[in-house]
Amino acid sequence: MSAESLAERSERTLAQPVIVAGDLAFLTGRTVAALARAPWEWRAWIEQMEHVGYRSLGVTYVTTLFTGMVLALQTAYSLPQIGVKYYIGTVVGKSLVRELGPVLVALVVGGRIGAGMTAELGTMKVSEQIDALRSLAVDPVRRLVLPRVLATMLMLPMLTLLGDAVGIIGGLFIGITVLDLPAGFYMNDVLTSLTLEDVWSSLGKAFVFGYFLAIVACRNGLRVTGGADGVGRATTVTVVTGAMFVLVSDFFLTQLFHLIF
Amino acid sequence: MAEAAASEPVFRVRGLTKSYGAKRVLDGLDFDVFPGECLVILGRSGTGKSVTLRQLNGLERPDAGSVVFGGADLCTLSERDLFPLRKRIGMLFQSGALFDSMNVADNVAFPLRAHTKLGRDEVAAKVHEVLEVVELPGIEDKMPAALSGGMRKRVALARSLVLQPEVLLFDEPTTGLDPMTADSIAHTIATARDRAHTTTVVVTHDLHLAQTVASRLAFLEEGRFRFVGTWQEAQASDDVLLGHFLAGRREDA
Repeated sequence: MSAESLAERSERTLAQPVIVAGDLAFLTGRTVAALARAPWEWRAWIEQMEHVGYRSLGVTYVTTLFTGMVLALQTAYSLPQIGVKYYIGTVVGKSLVRELGPVLVALVVGGRIGAGMTAELGTMKVSEQIDALRSLAVDPVRRLVLPRVLATMLMLPMLTLLGDAVGIIGGLFIGITVLDLPAGFYMNDVLTSLTLEDVWSSLGKAFVFGYFLAIVACRNGLRVTGGADGVGRATTVTVVTGAMFVLVSDFFLTQLFHLIF
Repeated sequence: MAEAAASEPVFRVRGLTKSYGAKRVLDGLDFDVFPGECLVILGRSGTGKSVTLRQLNGLERPDAGSVVFGGADLCTLSERDLFPLRKRIGMLFQSGALFDSMNVADNVAFPLRAHTKLGRDEVAAKVHEVLEVVELPGIEDKMPAALSGGMRKRVALARSLVLQPEVLLFDEPTTGLDPMTADSIAHTIATARDRAHTTTVVVTHDLHLAQTVASRLAFLEEGRFRFVGTWQEAQASDDVLLGHFLAGRREDA
């Protein structure tokens, strides 16, 4: 490899994150602008909310139910000698609501909806449907991006809340069947240890994750070039990038929420 | 066209230049499109015909030059400011570009719902009417995936006609269609032009279509129009390359 091509390559590698960040900021600006001015595409909003929210209930429940059960088991088995099983309500409740609920729901639901959004918008891009919208004087951001971003930002917190509850029920199930804990004891432990701040933190994380997941997915979809191959590549990139955004921003959000709450 | 030339052009295009990477596709292209005429842009594949067409409603922006329509230079307008002008310009895409999540009726009704305050019945009546114009009555409930290529193109044509725009842009309207469907599209375009006096710009390499609909032909080669004139003038032209193109021969034949 020649020195010049190495320089070019490193320039491209270094420039890429800046380009992506610029794209995301620009698309966010246009989305906010579309939100600020009528007309609003109510039908598209509701459609997307159903798509993102209602149709993700199944994967959400399975994910958090089993996570709650595993948390209860692992906690009880890890330190049996100090009677840690009497605290599984605290452990399951706190770790699910503060951390695992929002992150796991965002990863699983984000993979599902992010891939779908990129594939759909990407296909519309390569089949000239995005250009057709523009030629019909309809703003693709208003029509396609805004409903998806809004729906994900609103529905992901709802899913997380339901998921948190289902995960706690999973812990309860293990408490009763495997660990011989009275149901009332476990639930009391959960409810006394959980604070409203924990729930706000859960919702806040899901809200921010929802933004990142949707905006990344839409940006990648609208930037697709080169036919079916391009759509496939963009979809893969969306799933990976979305997951990275969730995990990295979770670190900072955790710090932030411990500061405010 | 003496009468057309006397009136103000619908599009005044000057010095249009566009490069992709190192390849200069348009190189200082100048032309006017006059009210009610049908300008057919001919040229070999990859000469920038579609790129030229996409400048006329601002879907793409040139590197240099101007496209004046409705008193404004499209190349200087923001995307939002282009929207009011685009409502006056219908476009038929090469692939049809129907919204595949919607059925035929919703596709054709889409511009009406986006830009008019018509009631449900009026929209349905308009959709029915325009589907009859493209000779496809009664297919409102079908999904685009269930249609043949020719039908999809005619539905897309219906969608671009439904707002009764002043200008229609056609990107390869007959490419990939059988000769009979192509002929029916050509006649629909000619009818739309004659009945509503719509200004049309057609990009194609289909000579039959060009002969059927063109008021004037423009032959695009190496980023500029090598020839502009009527079909008869094109036939009589002594331009060797244009002669080869019209006769469908290779360059060195």
